[in-house]
Amino acid sequence: MKYGVNEQGYYGDFGGAYIPEMLYPNVEELRQQYAKVINDPDFKAEYDGLLRDYVGRPSPLYHAKRYSEKYGANLFFKREDLNHTGSHKINNAIGQILLAIRLGKKRIIAETGAGQHGVATATVCALKGIECVVYMGEVDMERQAPNVSRMKMLGAKVIPATSGSKTLKDATNEAMRDWINNPVDTHYIIGSVVGPYPYPDMVAQFQSVISFETRKQLLQKTGSELPQYVLACVGGGSNAMGMFYHFLDDQAVNLIAVEAAGQGVNSGHSAATTFLGREGVLHGSRTILMQTEDGQVVEPYSISAGLDYPGIGPQHAHLYKIKRAQYVSITDDEALQAGLLCSQLEGIIPAIETAHALAYLEKMTFKADDNVVICISGRGDKDLSTYIKYFNF
Amino acid sequence: MNRLNKLFESKKDNLLSIYFTAGYPELNTTVAIAEALEKAGVDFLEIGFPYSDPVADGPTIQHSSERALENGMNLNQLFEELKDLRERVSIPVLLMGYFNPMLQYGIERFCKKAVEAGVDGVIVPDLPMYEYETLYSRYFIDNGLSNIFLVTPQTSQERVRRIDSLSNSFIYLLSSSSITGKNLQLSNAIEDYYKRIKAMQLKNPAIIGFGISSNETFKKACEYARGAIVGSAFVKFLEQDNYLERIPEFIKSIKN
Ligand SMILES: Cc1ncc(COP(=O)(O)O)c(C=O)c1O
Repeated sequence: MKYGVNEQGYYGDFGGAYIPEMLYPNVEELRQQYAKVINDPDFKAEYDGLLRDYVGRPSPLYHAKRYSEKYGANLFFKREDLNHTGSHKINNAIGQILLAIRLGKKRIIAETGAGQHGVATATVCALKGIECVVYMGEVDMERQAPNVSRMKMLGAKVIPATSGSKTLKDATNEAMRDWINNPVDTHYIIGSVVGPYPYPDMVAQFQSVISFETRKQLLQKTGSELPQYVLACVGGGSNAMGMFYHFLDDQAVNLIAVEAAGQGVNSGHSAATTFLGREGVLHGSRTILMQTEDGQVVEPYSISAGLDYPGIGPQHAHLYKIKRAQYVSITDDEALQAGLLCSQLEGIIPAIETAHALAYLEKMTFKADDNVVICISGRGDKDLSTYIKYFNF
Repeated sequence: MNRLNKLFESKKDNLLSIYFTAGYPELNTTVAIAEALEKAGVDFLEIGFPYSDPVADGPTIQHSSERALENGMNLNQLFEELKDLRERVSIPVLLMGYFNPMLQYGIERFCKKAVEAGVDGVIVPDLPMYEYETLYSRYFIDNGLSNIFLVTPQTSQERVRRIDSLSNSFIYLLSSSSITGKNLQLSNAIEDYYKRIKAMQLKNPAIIGFGISSNETFKKACEYARGAIVGSAFVKFLEQDNYLERIPEFIKSIKN
C-alpha cells in the first residue's frame, strides 16, 4: 500500500519504535507476530464472527436526509455509534484481545481518554475472562464518569493518572510504566493509532473494517464505491484512519481530519496538533506533537476527552505532511452546537468527539450530487452531563 | 581513552555512580552537587536533564523532573551551568534524559555541546538501537561521546552481544524490568540473569542500576557487576535542607 508502513515501521519521516529497552521484547514479539496472527484464517474467522455477532457489524451507512437537505449534498453517516459499547473503539479491542490470547498473555492494560476505549477493553476482557486494568486521567474520570462506572461494572480496575494534565497523555504514560513493570504476561491494548510500531499499523488494520464496509455500502446506495468527501475527528486518529484506510489510494476522495481547537487554535487552550505542533517523539513514535521550544510536551485542552491529546498517530503526520489528507480544526463551541443540531435534525446524539467532525460541515461547500461520508465514531450518552451543563437543559 | 575507560581500567570493583536531576531542587546547583559527590568518594555521575513525560521513571524522578522544569531547567540552562564543570569535577560525567528534548536541541549540536562541557557519555532510554545506528551514531562517534545502552533480564543473548559491540564504555544492567525507584528484589531468576551476563564475558564492563537504594542493595549488586548506580534514593535525599553538607553522610550510608 502506497501510504502504508515500511519494514522499519515508518511512514515517510514518521513512526518507528522509540521505546526503552524494557519494552523492547514485548514490542518486538508483537512486531514479529501481528501480521502472521492477523492473517491466520482461524484468527480471521473468530474476529469476523465476533464483529458480526457481538459487535453488530456491519454498522449501517445511514443516508441522513435532513442533514443532506441542510447542507445541499448526499450525506451519509457511518454508524459506529451503533456498535456494542457505543463507539468504533470495540473494533480494535476485539482484534487485540484475540491477538493477546494467541500470544499467551494473561493480563491486559489500557489507557483511556473518553472512557470509550476503556469500556471496549473492559468488555472484551470480560468476554474472554482476562484481568483488566485501565489507566484514566483524573480529570477525565470526572468528565466521563458514566464510563468509569461501566468499566467497574464490567470487572475492570480503573487507576487514576494523577500527573501532568491528568488526561489521556498521562494515562498513556502510566500504562507504559505498568507495561515496563510487567514485561512477560501483560499485553497493552493501545486505543488509537499511536505508540511504537507495530501499534499504529495494527490498530489501523483493525479499524479499517469501517472503510471496507463503507465502500460496499456506498456502491449499493449510490452506484459508486467512492464518495467525494470523507470526514472524521482525530484524537490519536483511529476512527479517522479506519474511515480513510480503503480510500487512501483513491486520490479523488477528499479526506478531511478534524482536530479539536478547544477554546480556539491560538487561545492557549487547544488540542489542534497539526496547527500547533512540530515534529518530535512521543509515546514511542516520531510524529507531530504539541511541544515547547525545548521539546517538553505541551498539555493540550479540549472539552472532548477523546480528542484531548497533544499528538496524532504517525500515519496521520505523514498524510498531513504529504497533503494526502486535509487537517482542520473545530472549537468546543462549534462542536457542542453541532452535537445539538445532529440530535434535533437526525435524532442522533453524537459523542462530543464525533460532533467535531459534524461541525466542519458548516465550513464546507458542496455540489448537489456530492456524496459525503461522516464517521459517527460514537454516541453521546457519556457526554450528557457536558451537553446539559452547556445548554442548560 | 576517555575518563570512563580510564576509571574502569584503574578501579576494578565497587564502583559507585549517583544519578540526580539537574535543576532539582533548585537551579545553579548542578556543579556544586557534582563536586560534593566527587569529594564524598563517588566514582562517576549521571546528571539527568528533565522531560515532561518520563515513561521509564517512577514517582520520585517524575517529581524531580517536574520541579526542575518549573524551575526553568532546559538544555541551554544545563550547558550554561556546566561551564565550569571541568574546573571543579574530575570524575566521569554522563548526561541522562529522554530523546525529544535532544532532538529539538539538535543531536549534532547536543553532542558537541556535551563534549565541550566535559561530558563523557549519554544515556537515552528511549533512543532505540536501530535509530541510533542508522541516524545518529556518527555524531556520537565523531565527538567522542559514549552512548550507554540498557539491558534487562528479558534482553536476548543475541541482543546483548549487539549492544556490547555498539558500546565503548560500559553496559547498564537493569536489576529488573521496571521503572526507576523500585527496591531491588533479589530472586533466583535475577541472580541467574546476572550470572548469565557475567558468563558472556562481554568486552564492556557492566554496572547495575534501578532499585539500588541502600548499602545492602549496593553490595549485592557489586557481587555481580563492577559497580552500581543509585538514583531515586539520592533524589529523595535532596528534598531536605542542607543537602550539600549532608552528601558525605548519604554516600557513607551506601558505601559503608
Ligand atoms: C467516540 C469517539 N470518537 C473519537 C475518539 C478519538 O479517538 P481516535 O482519534 O483514535 O478515533 C474517541 C476517543 O476516545 C471516541 O471515544
